Formats: sequence, structure tokens, C-alpha cells
Amino acid sequence: MDFRDSPAEAEFRARLHAWIAENNPGLPTSSTADEYWARQAEWHTALYDGGFFGLSWPKRFGGHELPTVFDVILDEELASAGAPPRPSLGYLVQGISTHGSDAIKDRFLPGLISGRDRWCQGFSEPDAGSDLASLRTTATRDGDEYVIDGHKIWTSYSDVADWCFLLARTEHDVPKHKGLSAFAVSMHQPGIEQRPLRMINGITKEFGQVLFDGARVPAENMIGAPGEGWRVAMTIVSHEREPGELGYVARYAKTVNQLERTVRAGPGAYRADQMDAVAWAHVQTEMLRLHVCRRLSERLEGTDHGPGGSVDKLLMTWVEQSVGAADLAISGPNAAVDADDVALKVYLYSRAQSVMGGTSQIQKNIVATRILGLPTT
Amino acid sequence: MDTRDTAEQAELRRAARQLARELGPATVADLDDATRTKRLAAAVRDAGWLELRDDDGSGSPIAGGVEAAIVVEALGATVADVACSGPLLAGDLARRARVEHDNAAVVFAPTLVDAARGTDAHTNEEGYAVDCGGDVDLAYVVVPDGKGYRLALARIDGAPGGADLTRVVRRTSVGAELAAVPAQQRHLTPDDLARWHALGLALTSADLVGVMRGVLDITVAYAAERRQYGVPIGSFQAVQHLLAEAHTLMEGSSSVALHASWAVDNLGPEAAVEAGRVAKAYCARAARTVCETAIQVHGGIGNTWECLAHVYLRRALLSTQWFGDDGEQLLHLRRDRLGGTDGLS
Repeated sequence: MDFRDSPAEAEFRARLHAWIAENNPGLPTSSTADEYWARQAEWHTALYDGGFFGLSWPKRFGGHELPTVFDVILDEELASAGAPPRPSLGYLVQGISTHGSDAIKDRFLPGLISGRDRWCQGFSEPDAGSDLASLRTTATRDGDEYVIDGHKIWTSYSDVADWCFLLARTEHDVPKHKGLSAFAVSMHQPGIEQRPLRMINGITKEFGQVLFDGARVPAENMIGAPGEGWRVAMTIVSHEREPGELGYVARYAKTVNQLERTVRAGPGAYRADQMDAVAWAHVQTEMLRLHVCRRLSERLEGTDHGPGGSVDKLLMTWVEQSVGAADLAISGPNAAVDADDVALKVYLYSRAQSVMGGTSQIQKNIVATRILGLPTT
Repeated sequence: MDTRDTAEQAELRRAARQLARELGPATVADLDDATRTKRLAAAVRDAGWLELRDDDGSGSPIAGGVEAAIVVEALGATVADVACSGPLLAGDLARRARVEHDNAAVVFAPTLVDAARGTDAHTNEEGYAVDCGGDVDLAYVVVPDGKGYRLALARIDGAPGGADLTRVVRRTSVGAELAAVPAQQRHLTPDDLARWHALGLALTSADLVGVMRGVLDITVAYAAERRQYGVPIGSFQAVQHLLAEAHTLMEGSSSVALHASWAVDNLGPEAAVEAGRVAKAYCARAARTVCETAIQVHGGIGNTWECLAHVYLRRALLSTQWFGDDGEQLLHLRRDRLGGTDGLS
């Protein structure tokens, strides 16, 4: 057991540290401003071109084939410099890598990883949230193509996406989990309508609704086999729940660092309970950083954590919401009198973490039945 | 970075868990089985686990904080009623002072947060020897002197007691006479005491992780077997969610406690203490919730003396207070990191 940097890791950390000092775009805290989401693409390509993204992924697709734990260093250095977190798309890479043919991987992974192609994920629908398998968007075969009709929601960055990782129903006379297929659908075509969503903290650039009305996708863009969509989706959502895949530790640590600086500048202005909230947010964030160290170390031998992702998602949610609560506590009355208060926005955004990527209730169902082995009724 | 167990650590973990399973109490009635407790104590002693922090002959400990925590966690998981953390901490302190260590305990201040301080002649305050073996009647007191600190020995005069039914707490009187430690000793520096403190935080955190793991095991088994409305209570989402949350708290605690145990020997003294404080704050809060959940899921039976759940909760209460509870850790973290002085003299 060793938490220290190896010589190669230390060299990487130093190189990264210097690069960030030169290239930190100084974007606002990710969850609070449209500017952050608008300039996310720039940051992605800059990080990639600097040689600091896709660290553990195959060189063939633009990665660096480094051990998984290098992502811990990336998150730590981004946080300590106050830089934006790394792009959160590892789960799409995992989905395509696990289920896509060689042709699909060669065609889509390089652009996804480099940031040249922007992707969104079309899974949830207005009537298919936690019960994802009941989704009603259809993909109907028409010659060498499928025709897409349906309504997707919570589609992050759909307005800037080049491609949509879409889950649609291709077969109707089979149990609901078996009739789904996954596709890479071009977003640059007629038959697609974007409807942005305004979230409770006011941002409009993250989540959207997408309406498909006769959009078309070549059959060769199917990811996995016909009817394999549910398995593809489960691969993606299980990785979407892993803080090691998402890099969110950097986001939380950055906020906690900011809060600590604020309090240190004038500790006399804060009550004990406000300072305890910040100290607790630090404890939580450290826990998650160390949990990610442990998970990514276990992955050095290729361990797939499966339902363990639900444990990690719950931990990550509690951390994000502790950080949001600490921010609100330190802001005090300002969060109530100033609608543009950043702490207010961080706090409000944190409430979404127990819903997005599968609600905390769904995660607990998974932990109870698949990890603890409790019976289902 | 690779936080996985080495082959030796994995083997130690397996052996410690097996021994704890075989010789720990399976029921509350087992706590009165003197034959079993003697076999358990002998097995732990013969394995050499009480000496892991003793001097290996070169001034270094025989094994790292990680190995000590592995053993402590395994014993906590079966509420094994044998002294282990106490002897490990006494051995660590004696090693740092280059004292010939002979089965003494450590006297803790009444708050249980730190080793008791004494003068040349006697103890300044009432204290407690925590997790001392049944045959131990002497305990170390830390005596400040010009060059740092040295150790003296106090007689433990109180009868065994305490909330924890599996580990002994004995009182030492205020003004108890102190005897000099016979062998020549090295002065303890503040760094020595900090590292020793970090070990205490790491071991009590590891014990709490073990307690959580063990109490969850018996509670999940109970929920799968206990039937109401014709089905196992573990099939109800209300019960499943309580247990899922408890399991998740245990996993997070495990990650943070591992790091604290590694930090004892591998980070600077201040950073090691901070790692210990972070771990202890998290594990103490988590363990309280997990043990209370266990009692709730056991229902009425969980509130009876015969159910092991309260034995776990009681053990958690001692490990929480020993070296300071979550509030104590947060107080220091906020003082160190935020510059706040509120509540500290």
C-alpha cells in the first residue's frame, strides 16, 4: 500500500503543474455560470493538446496508456490550481470501448477523446426516468438507415453536440429491456429540435431537451448488436456513477479551497457552526479523493466495480451536497439577498447530484440487492 | 501510487480475519466464556500482533501503521474481546522513548484525547488505562522536562469497567505515585508525540471500520432471515435503503482509514495527524449511524442485551471517544486550516 507518487508519477505531476500554471483558463466554478459550459469545449481541447487528457486510454484512440491512478494526479493538480475539472466523458468512452465494433471505435473514439467531436447522451425521456427501460423513442429500420422519433430530456450539452449517444426502441414485441439498441446519431441534420432547460440555479447551457422527428442514422452507426441497448446503457451508467471516471473530486476540492481562503481572510466573522461546515466539507472531499485513489488502484488489475459504482455515486453525492451546504453556510444572509450569489448557485446545483446519473434511491436499490444480496419482493 | 494491499498485507488481513472469526464472540453469552477469551488472547499474543509497533532492534517498528490497522480492523469486525490497540500504542510510545517495554499500558487524560501528563513524583489528574490487558498493572505517563518529554510509570489501581463490553478501561487515581522507568531512555520530542497521536487516530478509525463491517454483516443476515408480512424484512425498500446507506458509509470510511494508517509512517508528523483527524471525523460519524441503523433493523430484539448489535455500538462509542470524537477532530481541523480559535483555549 503506497499513496506516494512513483518517480514517473512525480515527473508527470511536475510537468502537469507547470502546464496548468501557463494554461489555466480561469473559468468560473463549473456549476454556476453559463460561461463555464460555453467554454468547456475549448478547455477540453487545450487539456488534450497539452497531453493531459485520456491518460489511461489506448494510444490508438488518442490516449496515453498510463496507469489508471494518473487520473488522481490530474484531479489533484487541477483542484489545487483552481482550474476547471477534466471533461466528464469517460463513461461514453467505456460504453463505446466495451460494446462498439473495431470500426465504431476507430471512427468515434479519437474525436470523442480529443474533444474535436462533442457528444451528448440521449437516454432519459419525460416518462422514462428511473424506469429507463420503458423509454418510447423509436428507431425504425428504413433500408440502410434507421429513422428516429421521440423526445429526450436531461441531455447535457445537446445544443453544442455533434453526436448523440442515443438509446431507442428497435423491437416492440419483446420484454422492454430487450427491445433497445444504441446509436451514434449525428446532431447536424433536420428533424432535431433543441429545447434548452433552465435549471434551479439559473444556468441554461448544461441540460436540454431534444426532440427527434424523422431524424436518420445509418445502420452502421449502431453501437453493439440490435437489442443490446440495455447492456450498453448499463455499462455507461455504471461508469457514469464513478467519481474516478468523472473527475469531480477536482471540482469539490476547488470549492473547498476557495471557502477555506475566504474564512482564513477573516475568521472572526464566522460562527463555529459555519466553520465546522467547511471543515466537514474538507473531510468529505478528502474521503472521496482517497476513495478514488483506492478504486483506481483496484483498477490497475482491471477490476470492474460493477454495482460498486452505486456506492461511489452515493459517496460523491454526499460530498457534493456537503460542499454545497458549506458554501451556503459561509455565504450566510448574502445567499438570501443576492440572486447572483455564487454560493447560492453552487448549493442549488448540488441538489441535482442525488438525481442525475440515477437517483440516490435507485443507487440504494442496487447496493441492497446486488452488493448486500438482499431479497427482492 | 498503488493503494492495494501488498501480498504480505493481504495475507495478514486474511489471517487476522480468520482468527477473529474463529475466536471472537458469536453471541453475547460468549463474552462470559473464559476459555474462549483466554484462547483468543493467547492466539493474538502468539501471532506477534501486539508487538507490531515495538522496536525491531534498529529503532524502527516491527511493522507499519498499515499492518497494525489491518489487525485492529479485523478484531473490531467480530467485537473480539482482547486488548490490541492499547498494547500497540504502549509499544509504540515505549519504542520512541527507547524504553525496555514490558507489558505496560498508557494512562490517558480524562478526556481520553491524549496521554496523561504527570510531574516527576505523581500524576496530575485522574486518568484511564484504555484497552489494557487483564494482567497489566502499570501504565506510562508522559512527563514534560526541559528537553522534551520522558515516560514514568503509574500503578493502575481501578477495577475494569467502561461502556465497551469487549475492551477494558481502568481508572488511575489523581496524585498516584510515579515510578521512574528503569532503563535509560531517549527524550520524546513533540514530533514523536504527534506520530504516536497519528497512530492512535488511525487505529481507532480502523477499529470503527471493523465495527461497521461486522455489525453490517450480522444485520444484513438478520434482514434476510427475519420475516414479517410473510416476507423477509430485507425485501422492503425502507429497510434496504437503510442498509445500503450504512454499507456505503462503511466503504467511504474504509478508504479514508486506510490512508490514515499509511500516513503514520509515511507523511510528516503534522500531515500524519491531519490524515488521522480527517479519518477519525469521518469514521466516527459513520460508525454512529451504522450502529444505530443495525439496532433499528434488528427491531425490538436489537434493543435487548442478548443482541450483539449493542456490543458493536458500545465498542464504537469507546473508539469514538478514544483520541477524540468527530467534534474534537473538526475543532482542530478548523483551527489548523481556517485559523479559527473558537472553542480552543
